[in-house]
Amino acid sequence: MFDAFLTLVRRDLVLAMRRRSDVFSTLFFFVIVVSLFPLGIGPEMNTLRLIAPGVVWVAALLASMLALERLFAADHDDGTLEQMLLAPQPLFVLVLAKVAAHWLVTGLPLVLIAPLLGLQYDLSAQALQVLVVSLLLGTPALSLIGAIGAALTLGLRGGGVLVSLLVLPLCIPVLIFGAGAVEANVSGLGEQGHLSLLGAILVLAALFAPLATAAALRVSAE
Amino acid sequence: MNAGSLGEFFEMGGYALYVWGSFGATFLLMAVEPILVRRRHQAILQRIRRMIRLETEVKR
Amino acid sequence: MSTRLINWFKFSSPATFYPLAGRIVTWSAVVAVVLLAIGLYMSFFVAPTDYKQGEGYRIIFVHVPASWMSMFIYVVMAAWSGIGLVFNTRLSSMMAQALAPTGALFAFLALWTGAFWGKPMWGTWWVWDARLTSELILLFLYIGFIALQGAIDDPRRADRAGAILALVGVVNIPIIYFSVKWWNTLHQGASVTITKGSSMGQVMLVTMLIMVFAFWAYAIAVSLARVRAIILEREKETTWVRELVGGAR
Repeated sequence: MFDAFLTLVRRDLVLAMRRRSDVFSTLFFFVIVVSLFPLGIGPEMNTLRLIAPGVVWVAALLASMLALERLFAADHDDGTLEQMLLAPQPLFVLVLAKVAAHWLVTGLPLVLIAPLLGLQYDLSAQALQVLVVSLLLGTPALSLIGAIGAALTLGLRGGGVLVSLLVLPLCIPVLIFGAGAVEANVSGLGEQGHLSLLGAILVLAALFAPLATAAALRVSAE
Repeated sequence: MNAGSLGEFFEMGGYALYVWGSFGATFLLMAVEPILVRRRHQAILQRIRRMIRLETEVKR
Repeated sequence: MSTRLINWFKFSSPATFYPLAGRIVTWSAVVAVVLLAIGLYMSFFVAPTDYKQGEGYRIIFVHVPASWMSMFIYVVMAAWSGIGLVFNTRLSSMMAQALAPTGALFAFLALWTGAFWGKPMWGTWWVWDARLTSELILLFLYIGFIALQGAIDDPRRADRAGAILALVGVVNIPIIYFSVKWWNTLHQGASVTITKGSSMGQVMLVTMLIMVFAFWAYAIAVSLARVRAIILEREKETTWVRELVGGAR
């Protein structure tokens, strides 16, 4: 079972490496959105420092929505998905593997580039650390929750917009605790509580979201 | 009820806009929704009737 | 026991449910109109003016029932969805589909009347208060459900995809509410204390309960009327619909 998990992760990574433009488009979307905010709001550093956690987190949320559409689409088109549904391994594990690979390709780069963007907003070194940790805990949860939406809208016209419509409301707790952790650090309140709750959400999402995703895949691929 | 108290009633002690805005919107929507549902019901009935008519004519 | 089972499944068939629903629609519509008339009369002529909020408080007679209904309908919708998913009964999924627009309507009304209540009481149309924010998210969840079902052409898939979404949503609602509340208490700037319950007198409570029941009756009537339309749309090829419509001509 673990073998199947690793194999699938490796396969998806190889496939993603062959089509690097997908990875980069998500990443650049994130960078551009975050860089646009100062242009809209003004270069006042105090204001920027105040809104930085929210801006980075909302941009990360939108970027991960953007990438979701492709999560199952290719496998659905070439029939791999049907094979997965028939496979002896539990679908739960396969879904988890797909989401893990997806996160490694689209989520992890966001986490790694976030400190650079945080510098644009003059966040302190400590706040940057918290930002990275919160994204590290939060973006996998976003991918897990988003997978449900991706599975539900598989093969539908206008799927991309629809995914955001379905998934964004469900992601609000992640946004609140993720951005809240950085804000709490900036204002000196301590980020521990937020990060713990974010971790709890991640664990819950890892337990339940693949179940819902598996059910949704069975419905969509029928 | 005389005109003065009627005017007072509609004034709602200065809250006219808020009170009537709320009650008005609520009951407007609660009137519109059944009408829309009824229309949908009538439309589907009509479509089925048309389908039946079409099929009987084809048979003849 | 066995007879009860048979009875339930008998009514889960659209053909038997359709006329039954028609009768329930008529009755609950009558009840709704009567209760609304009584409730409106009481809200304006019987309930006294609040000593603190003046006449403006009368908005709660529509605000509170609307927000209660919006939450309650989502739970009922999720329950029907779950039943539809487990027992594979078409009718329960149709019920869930029929409830969604009414629930969204009430969520919208709760926000709208909340804004009209907030403007005179708090001075702004919108406050990022935990309850208002949660209600807004609830409206988004309804819209997502409706949009998903609208996007899927195959009714069977639409039913089951919607059911999964509704169940995921209902599991998420407590988490969302908790996190919004947490978020709200941390940002004390916009803090607002609502003292609805404390100053409420007996008459006001009775009036509000009558309005709640009126909204209930309304929701039952309009959602069953909608389910009747959905049944006809889905079953338009079947003989019972043909006979029903042909005979009613």
